[in-house]
Amino acid sequence: MNRRWIDLISRAFTALTGLACATLVLAVAMILGHVAYHGWAGLSWKFLTTAPRNGMTEGGIFPAIFGTVFLVVLMTVAVVPLGVSTAIYLREYAHADSRWVQAVRMAIQNLAGVPAIVFGLFGLGFFIEFVGKGIDAAFFGGKLYFGQPAILWAALTLALLTLPTVVVSTEEALRVVPRGHREVAYSLGATRWQMVRRVVLPQAVDGILTGTILAVSRGVGEVAPILFTGAAFYLPFLPTRLNQQFMVMNYHVYVLATQSPDIDATLPLLYSTVLVLLLLTLTLNSAAIVIRSRLRRRMKGSK
Amino acid sequence: MPVPTEDVFRIEDLRIRAGKKELLKGISLSLRRNEILSAIGPSGSGKTTFLRCLNRLTDLEEGLTIEGRVLFKGKNIFDPETDAIELRRKVGMVFAVPMPLPMSIRDNLMLPLRLQSNSLEEDADGRIETCLRAAFLWDEVKDRLSLAATSLSGGQQQRLCLARSLMVRPDVLLLDEPCSGLDPISTAKIEEALQGLKKVMSVVLVTNNVKQASRTSDRTAFLLMGELVELGETGQIFTNPRDSRTGDYVSGRFG
Repeated sequence: MNRRWIDLISRAFTALTGLACATLVLAVAMILGHVAYHGWAGLSWKFLTTAPRNGMTEGGIFPAIFGTVFLVVLMTVAVVPLGVSTAIYLREYAHADSRWVQAVRMAIQNLAGVPAIVFGLFGLGFFIEFVGKGIDAAFFGGKLYFGQPAILWAALTLALLTLPTVVVSTEEALRVVPRGHREVAYSLGATRWQMVRRVVLPQAVDGILTGTILAVSRGVGEVAPILFTGAAFYLPFLPTRLNQQFMVMNYHVYVLATQSPDIDATLPLLYSTVLVLLLLTLTLNSAAIVIRSRLRRRMKGSK
Repeated sequence: MPVPTEDVFRIEDLRIRAGKKELLKGISLSLRRNEILSAIGPSGSGKTTFLRCLNRLTDLEEGLTIEGRVLFKGKNIFDPETDAIELRRKVGMVFAVPMPLPMSIRDNLMLPLRLQSNSLEEDADGRIETCLRAAFLWDEVKDRLSLAATSLSGGQQQRLCLARSLMVRPDVLLLDEPCSGLDPISTAKIEEALQGLKKVMSVVLVTNNVKQASRTSDRTAFLLMGELVELGETGQIFTNPRDSRTGDYVSGRFG
């Protein structure tokens, strides 16, 4: 092959890879632009702070925002300790190639492959019918408290769904801590737990938070797992207890898009709701990124 | 005052195997109080394995079979009832690659104290100064202890690691080729620091640099393929070795 051909191929390849990147940017820009263009006008303080009215053709989305934040916070509280402990066990304590570790890893991989709707059904069957009904039978004399769709069960179902994300990213973060740092800790007389707590975990905070960010983004986005486990079509009140149902943004989008009696009246609301959902995800992500960079600076000492 | 001739470590017929490969083939020697003992030998001679045995860092490696006895102050460190954590607080270590942890200089130095929270040092700042002075680093970092340890130069980092290992007042200091990647000035400072340190502790210095052994140590051990070929006063090893292999190695004919 002569030189000109090689140059040509090289240039074509450069152009192709650049094109791939441009496609990505364009897609994101189009989605954001379209939603922002149509949704911006409907955004107001009132929209954010009032409940839907008149068969969801008027009013705002406050209950859905509240429900979403509540749900995600609960989910995070559940998934981070569980996921991080699992990763620490797998990476720092367990024998690397034991049967047990292989079984756990296989379980995590399979968990990651389960479709979201199956998590929803599992949540219904396990958390509500088994755990919830069990609690009711054991502590409340069979009266209905926990054996029904509720924000607690929805959050736990989402936590299960996002568990692999947290485990895998934490494990990755633990893996890149140099072996030498562990040896230093041991040589200074650290116990295994002290080594993990004082030397390994501080360096893994980054990765743990990255995993949490991914988990939160995913949690905000998924509808299927919460469909049977606690998301409500419409509620006249805000959830204040763990065993109440809740409204949530992504399900609200679905409701507005498909269940409205008056499409023309609902459409602007729908755009604004989607815009708020996107902004909310963005805010949650940025908050996590800010926390992460703060931690990073505090840990390393000033430059 | 401790009796100067008392042995800190007494190693009896130490054999280490990794699978079928023999890393150490029956080593016996003693480490005296207030001496610097250097271990020299070509790479693969078992120097580092030997060193890592003394604070039981070998525990971290899998598949090692260890036979023989290593007595630290009269107690075999491989006895089941010996607490490796306690041992490592008495036997400090500096690694070949400078290993500052990604935190501030002060936090690096505080770490050993924090690991023993039951006996938290009252005058931590004073202790930090003492150890940094002993490692000849104090003047360079005294105004910037909150700086990231990783922002120091390689030589400074290694002296920080030396200071860090001194924080809990060990009885023995193990150094694994501590100057292998350092410039001559940093090397000189570490060697000078060791001369000061041997007044209060014993030092085992593993080095690839034969000249460093001859400059620094009181006694020198020559290891070859897992065997202790010769151990003697440093002057004798370098001027009048009993074994011809020792003579060949220290004069640079092989290795």
